[in-house]
Amino acid sequence: MNFEKFLTEIFAKAIYIVTFIGEVFSCPPRLSRRKREFLYYLDLCGVKSLPIVIVISLLMGSIVAIQGALQMQKVGAEIFIVDLVGLAVLKEFGPLMVAMISTGRAGSAFAAEIGTMKVNEEISALETMGVNPFEYLVHPKLAAMLIAIPVLTIFGDAFSILGGMLLSTSSLDITLTAYWTRTLAVLDGVTFMLGILKSAVFGILITFAGCCCGFASPGDAQGVGRSATQAVVSSIFLVVVADAVITLLYSFIGY
Amino acid sequence: MDKSETIIEVNDLDIGYDNRTVLENINFKVNKGEILFILGNSGCGKSTLLKHLIGLYQPIRGDIKLRGKSIVNASEAEKKELCKGFGVTYQGGALFGSMTVAENVAFPLEEHTNLHPDVIRAIVEEKLSLVDLAGFGAFMPAELSGGMKKRAGLARALALSPDLLFFDEPSAGLDPLASASLDKLILELREKINATIVVVSHELDSIFSTADRIIMLDKERKTIVAEGDPRKLLSDAKDPWVKKFLGRNNMR
Repeated sequence: MNFEKFLTEIFAKAIYIVTFIGEVFSCPPRLSRRKREFLYYLDLCGVKSLPIVIVISLLMGSIVAIQGALQMQKVGAEIFIVDLVGLAVLKEFGPLMVAMISTGRAGSAFAAEIGTMKVNEEISALETMGVNPFEYLVHPKLAAMLIAIPVLTIFGDAFSILGGMLLSTSSLDITLTAYWTRTLAVLDGVTFMLGILKSAVFGILITFAGCCCGFASPGDAQGVGRSATQAVVSSIFLVVVADAVITLLYSFIGY
Repeated sequence: MDKSETIIEVNDLDIGYDNRTVLENINFKVNKGEILFILGNSGCGKSTLLKHLIGLYQPIRGDIKLRGKSIVNASEAEKKELCKGFGVTYQGGALFGSMTVAENVAFPLEEHTNLHPDVIRAIVEEKLSLVDLAGFGAFMPAELSGGMKKRAGLARALALSPDLLFFDEPSAGLDPLASASLDKLILELREKINATIVVVSHELDSIFSTADRIIMLDKERKTIVAEGDPRKLLSDAKDPWVKKFLGRNNMR
């Protein structure tokens, strides 16, 4: 592929993404008529993701505690494992892990669903029934993700801290009371809320990437598969870039 | 009822995609209560023309008027209103896979009316009966045969009681009996609701048994090469390609 063709493709994709975002925001929301769809996606992206979020968060909290313990023990500062687990989880691992799980579950599902609807002419049918497909297919997903991801992050945060607590109190010389007291002393509401805000941004990005890839899907079965893969890759990329930018912004305000 | 009332008017239409013109200088009218078939060789742009008629694609040039109102230059709100006035049946039915047949049929009513759920249920049952699918409301689309999916798609297209219907390849993938039964249903719809019907097809049996008029498209010439009563065209057409196309059943 020559450079000119590469640039033309990038430009066309950029135009497509901007147009897609414009279409989504320009159509008036009708969420009162989309309760069924909203509840379906809330179940898919939230309730059904909860078990895997709990398991991964417990393990992630334990892993951070183990890695921390290996270093902290050298200087006799095991109690600072609590700081490490709490802050790392609330600021980074909680929102990021939930975003990664949601990318695999929801992002790919959104792309595959919309891509398949395109193949089956269901999107054309929506249009000819006078229903805006962007409103019908994107708004309920976006609303569900804006609730599901922050709530999952709260669970993720809690179970990661629990994982770190279980590991630390069972294998290190830290009591349950000491761990809990230190956790409350180290963590504050602002840190928690900034993590939740970050997760909401991730939710928006995953929804947009999944839906955009679905709408861009070519009208064949292979194309739907490629769109689902593309949705996952794009979501991960966008989430990591957004995480870097948000972390930088937070650092300016002292968090 | 005025049979000469023009329902669809296509003027100087050029259509295509990706900077490629598929059809040029298309002009035709469809009158109230008429059954018009659009036919032609594969890749000639039949389905593309249909997608322009229903407002899915924008033409390169020209205009399409439905009941005197341009669908080409319509705003989003105007297009939405125009869409309520016609129903479309797609090749594979285009039923929403996550909904039951009854929910599919109820969908346009829930979107565009504030009718009580009991009234919607009654309309759904009526429309399903009209297409011989009474009792199948609770089925999922995946549980239906190809012909039943098309009938369910037709019931959904009829939900808002439009008097203009578009069919994209209704016989595709159906056995001859199912195809004949669908042709019969198209004729019944014209009788029962005085519908104006536009069908994209190249099934000669359907064309000769159902069409009042046909327009024939040719991929090479990129335009309409014949227009009129299919039976007259078969006997009188001067164009050898048209004669060969329409007479291919006689060569068996």
